[in-house]
Amino acid sequence: MAKKMHDTPNLDQLEDGPWPSFVTGLKDLAKEKDYVVDLLGQLEESYKTKKGYWKGGTVGVFGYGGGVIPRFTELKNADGTPKFKDAAEFHTLRVMPPPGMHYDTGTLRQFCDIWEKHGSGLIAFHGQSGDIMFQGATTENVQKAFDEINEMGFDLGGAGPAVRTSMSCVGAARCEQSCYDEAQAHRAVLNTFLDDIHRPSLPYKFKFKFSGCPNDCMNSIQRSDMAVIGTWRDNIRTDETLAKKWFAKHGMDELVNDVVARCPTKTFQLKEIKNVKKSDSISSVAVSDTHAIEIDNRDCVRCMHCINVMTGALSPGKDKGASILVGGKSHLKIGGLLGTVIIPFMKLDTEEDVEKLVDFAQRTIDFFAENALEHERTGEMIERIGLSNFLEAMEIEADPAMVNSPRMNPYVRTDGWEAEVAKINAKKQAA
Amino acid sequence: MNQAVAAAPVAKRKPKETGVPDNKKYLHPLMVKNYGNWKYHDRPRPGVLHHVAHSGDEIWSVRAGTARQMDIFTIRKLCDIADKFAEGRVRFTIRSNIEFMVSDAKKVDPLIAELGKHGFPVGGTGNSVTMIAHTQGWLHCDIPGTDASGVVKALMDELHEEFIREEMPNRVHLSTSCCEINCGGQADLAIIVQHTKPPVINHDLVANVCERPTVVARCPVAAIRPAMVNGKPSLEIDESKCMCCGACYPPCPPMQINDPENSKLAIWVGGKNSNARGKPTFMKMVASGLPNNAPRWPEVAEVVKNILSVYKEDARPWERLADWIDRIGWPRFFEKTGLPFTKYLIDDWRGSRANLNSSTHIRF
Repeated sequence: MAKKMHDTPNLDQLEDGPWPSFVTGLKDLAKEKDYVVDLLGQLEESYKTKKGYWKGGTVGVFGYGGGVIPRFTELKNADGTPKFKDAAEFHTLRVMPPPGMHYDTGTLRQFCDIWEKHGSGLIAFHGQSGDIMFQGATTENVQKAFDEINEMGFDLGGAGPAVRTSMSCVGAARCEQSCYDEAQAHRAVLNTFLDDIHRPSLPYKFKFKFSGCPNDCMNSIQRSDMAVIGTWRDNIRTDETLAKKWFAKHGMDELVNDVVARCPTKTFQLKEIKNVKKSDSISSVAVSDTHAIEIDNRDCVRCMHCINVMTGALSPGKDKGASILVGGKSHLKIGGLLGTVIIPFMKLDTEEDVEKLVDFAQRTIDFFAENALEHERTGEMIERIGLSNFLEAMEIEADPAMVNSPRMNPYVRTDGWEAEVAKINAKKQAA
Repeated sequence: MNQAVAAAPVAKRKPKETGVPDNKKYLHPLMVKNYGNWKYHDRPRPGVLHHVAHSGDEIWSVRAGTARQMDIFTIRKLCDIADKFAEGRVRFTIRSNIEFMVSDAKKVDPLIAELGKHGFPVGGTGNSVTMIAHTQGWLHCDIPGTDASGVVKALMDELHEEFIREEMPNRVHLSTSCCEINCGGQADLAIIVQHTKPPVINHDLVANVCERPTVVARCPVAAIRPAMVNGKPSLEIDESKCMCCGACYPPCPPMQINDPENSKLAIWVGGKNSNARGKPTFMKMVASGLPNNAPRWPEVAEVVKNILSVYKEDARPWERLADWIDRIGWPRFFEKTGLPFTKYLIDDWRGSRANLNSSTHIRF
């Protein structure tokens, strides 16, 4: 039995209602742990005063420079002693999840046992970077908890100016839209940078995210310095049985208004079967005895909408791989940036293919480490130096797929134009 | 000379730098068998995904909401349910929903009943309002302007009916962030702290706590400069330049940006990460000045519910919030939601000209 609970009139109001309550969870833990009794005391104080009371510090595990988020209370009595002494230290261990965040119950129960013994008993699945967050351990217990978690085959994630923990979608494990083996790429890339994850020494954070298709369920385009997003080059595949089944259920209005009208490039057309064009770039499938869908894949931007609506009737092609976008990030410092296309398409079928992705990631991080200013993200660095300079460093040719439009101003020195054209022509001839 | 012999260092355990673990051993057996060979899926009811493989195998995934920050008793309860109904395997979504995979359609209803019995809402699939991506807040962050888990609990109580149903035009992703850094991320609708006053500097502490050039460099508008204050090296702020973003506060805690009264909450809409239909978009601020009114933030809930109900009523099928506004236009958005369009919503940050209407495309 733990000590008496503090009054928590504010937090108590978060126990009502249909959604699962973290306050009820904390109170259950507080029945056994003075640690959580005092955590609730401090949290209630925050609710009362609308102020946070944690400060950072330096706590880690032997051999690593990051992965632990230290928290010490700033809520002190007049004599400088902590107001809630049992929760004076409340550190978090960031632990990298398996790709796709799959678990068996044995593993989860073992996490619970370790955290019951060494921590607060509060675990978040998952943090915004994707980590399993073991929230709340004393400085003394951080190492003990880590040792046991590490023995299970789990490792700490990133914090600070480091390669950060990554996320990948459910992907090939359970999704028909998956265009590459997300788990394989995720592990191959991340496990190349363990030193940069565990010993923060980059200019600033660097995040990878892996989404199996352009639906980008991992928000990689907005939230990662390098987004690996599955796509395909050949034609959308069709299945007449499922197409007719879909049409029988949804009908003409939905097909026209929800699919045809929403195709961003208007390449998706509905035609009488006798008028459907045939060519190498056209996917077509009958939806009824009289009508068929016709998609000219050369104009398709792989947005996924029609495939999302008519899952199975339409599906990604067979020549699959990924687009690589670089430079996504949130507001600080220059404003939010979406990732920019750097590699329009790369195959990720074989280990050699994945090695090429790892190599590109390595060269990007090396360049970032050498050239970014302190606290500058990759996207900000590219904005500062210009995409062309980044491409040159990466030895990647300029490609119109990288831009929304060509330049809209004449403010560029072009005395190398002829040489560039000659290079492009020579390359064309060699091909 | 000190004769004491230093204690021999205790041998410390070296970490095993194993990195990201392989997920194969955690996958449901049917997912291992059909890895990369799924054919299609449908949703037999809200909260349930039904995937069919090219092999003909079928798997049902039941999705339930969690508090994200869970106590071990709750996690063990979820494990009990997984052991009883779902062959001991679970996964989590990016929005902290838990998924149970079952290989038999007959197991779906009993599993849903069991989840219901223990208070886990089943839903969050398809065109529902799914769980809010969120941050740490007062529970664990060192720079929070508000709480995270509490805001989410309060809001999800209000949005529960939309979580367990699939009645929205398209999926709705929400996020909350307890400072302007926006760790909660982009979403169809986001709630983010918006400070309204420059930081209050404790000049006694700056010299000892802050690396001053770092802090100066961190400011997006170059409003911070080194200064001697009361004979001590400190920092000062050009308050006419300061836009109260709080970027200086993490590297320099004596520059307190959080203010119980003047740190407000803003609402943003129209972020979309998916490439479906239009290209991905960042969200836009549409309301601010809402009070940080713990423990249930009713003023925020009112604005959020209003926007979502207008969207639900007015948008066409498959229109995400951003798609809907693209169709109806911003004037109509503000008209329909009744939100005031103030001058503060006109972008003046770098690149902002691209956000102005340089055409006569105006809806009347």
